[in-house]
Amino acid sequence: MSEGWQGQLQKIDDYRWMIPKSYASGMRVPGVIYADENLLASINRDKAPQQVANAAHLPGIVKYSLAMPDIHWGYGLPIGGVVATDVEEGGVITPGGVGYDINCGVRMIRTDLTEKEVIPKIDNLIHALFSNVPSGVGSKSDIKVSDAEEAKIMLKGARWAIDRGFGVKEDLDRTEESGCMEGADPSKVSDRAFERGSNQSGTLGSGNHFLEVQAVDEIFDDEAASVFGVNKGSITVMIHCGSRGFGHQICDEYSKGMVRTLAKYGISVPDRQLACAPVKSPEGQAYIAAMKCAANYAWNNRQCLMHKVRGVFEKVFGVGWKDLGMSLVWDVAHNIAKIEKYDIDGKVKQLCIHRKGATRAFGPDNPAVPQIYRRIGQPVIIPGDMGRNSYVLVGTKKAEEETFGSTCHGAGRLMSRKAAINAQGRYTLLRDLAAKGIKVMAAGKGTLAEEAPYAYKNVNEVVDVVHNAGISKRVCRMRPIGVIKG
Amino acid sequence: MMKPFEIVDHTADISIIAYGKSPKELFQNAAFGMFSILADLEGIKTSTELEISVEAPDREELLIEWLDELLYNFYTKNIIFCEFGIRELTETNLTARVKGRFIGENKNRLKTEIKAATRHDLHITKNDDIYEVRIVFDV
Repeated sequence: MSEGWQGQLQKIDDYRWMIPKSYASGMRVPGVIYADENLLASINRDKAPQQVANAAHLPGIVKYSLAMPDIHWGYGLPIGGVVATDVEEGGVITPGGVGYDINCGVRMIRTDLTEKEVIPKIDNLIHALFSNVPSGVGSKSDIKVSDAEEAKIMLKGARWAIDRGFGVKEDLDRTEESGCMEGADPSKVSDRAFERGSNQSGTLGSGNHFLEVQAVDEIFDDEAASVFGVNKGSITVMIHCGSRGFGHQICDEYSKGMVRTLAKYGISVPDRQLACAPVKSPEGQAYIAAMKCAANYAWNNRQCLMHKVRGVFEKVFGVGWKDLGMSLVWDVAHNIAKIEKYDIDGKVKQLCIHRKGATRAFGPDNPAVPQIYRRIGQPVIIPGDMGRNSYVLVGTKKAEEETFGSTCHGAGRLMSRKAAINAQGRYTLLRDLAAKGIKVMAAGKGTLAEEAPYAYKNVNEVVDVVHNAGISKRVCRMRPIGVIKG
Repeated sequence: MMKPFEIVDHTADISIIAYGKSPKELFQNAAFGMFSILADLEGIKTSTELEISVEAPDREELLIEWLDELLYNFYTKNIIFCEFGIRELTETNLTARVKGRFIGENKNRLKTEIKAATRHDLHITKNDDIYEVRIVFDV
């Protein structure tokens, strides 16, 4: 990696490292990175810690600029960044702290199928999923909507799909925010975003987005696993994608707008990608209303995708999806900003929590967690790379106290795409995965090698850190048996 | 000889350094670099063209505007662009006639989806009469 981090990191404890405020003159709070010694070595190899420090310059930032152990170099905030700003004290919202793929997230579906039942049909299953779920660059859907209908998607989120029979009401109870944030306003969305969103509901896209058939290979918490409906040896499905071109267009336009209004609010940022506006300003409010449209669009997209996946399983196994036990376990957003209340030094404050490549991790008894899971805590879905593992964790009270209710979101990249392609060819990679019993299909020419397992940190190490730091707890681990990449 | 652009390491996304003997050439090469990530441009023949006009408060913003305008047209008009004839370029305005080919039968040329050209650490510099800029693309 070209330029590594040269600054200072002070050890707080075995899992937390601090970038002191004195590192840069404009820092309003320190930075805190969750990692162990081993992960820290890779974190220091790129510019991610600098981005943690950059985020500490944001007006109204509270306590610290946080990074989860899957942190890596992004743009604006690092991937794995968590930033809270005080809404009443001029705190800002930055589109660069949410990312272009607004409400990129993951959903996980359980099944009653066992690995033994699925392995003989895995080739058929993966081929059928690949041909029925649109993936790849600019992938388009058979679900094409008018502007009026698209506005309904923005207002209703996943409920739009349910109303059309693409799922059941119970799916909404198992989706963060019940699949719809209140306060979305389609009038804050440009014609261009409408245009890009008209035919992308139910599409996977490209890059790191995927659809995986997985087998549960280890249970760590029997009680939580049983509440979440996952058993050792059973098959699960994971879907990773976001708001597609619709969200990208919204982020692009509001970032542009906020670069132009920085001076008006007397804000200076060390990186233009952190362009921002006070939450309470007209610009901040307009972005939030548009961002919610994209968040709702993404929940609807993942609901439409799940509907297609259920349909494929029905065809391949000749049994209805309900009889296959294909209920949703949970759906998380891991690129989003939300207004949440926290106790800061004995005072309850309204904070704008940016989670960019970070997952909400609310603990037991939190009223935002649906009744079905409230006693256990909120499920946290952590996808790994396509050759190793993925996890279900559960949120904790400690996360609410220490990380604004946040934890990691995945493995986190280790190697650039260029380096990954140079490291190994597509055919060697496919052969290695096949030897591990993993069937892979990809739409894009370069995607496979770019997304190779060795390009990622070991998700097991990342999960060890958040588990040992107590900001979420392991429930179960899965390994992939079939993968579709965009 | 000066390379038009090169792909450089970036952990999560894709980054290029574009070069140019003039700002105009720099902007053209940046666009060429971006479309080389999106698609295989080798031997592609143009069949359609488009007028592009963008404005921005400064040169760095103008570069991002230009790239994002091309991306928008790629995704909505389904055109792989490969020739970027910039007609006029000032600090704040750009007009161009760009040429490309509809994705249609060229679907197998597509490589990696780009969500946006980001503003992260974006600085246009000039060294030994060569302009250069590093751009991080969100993919």
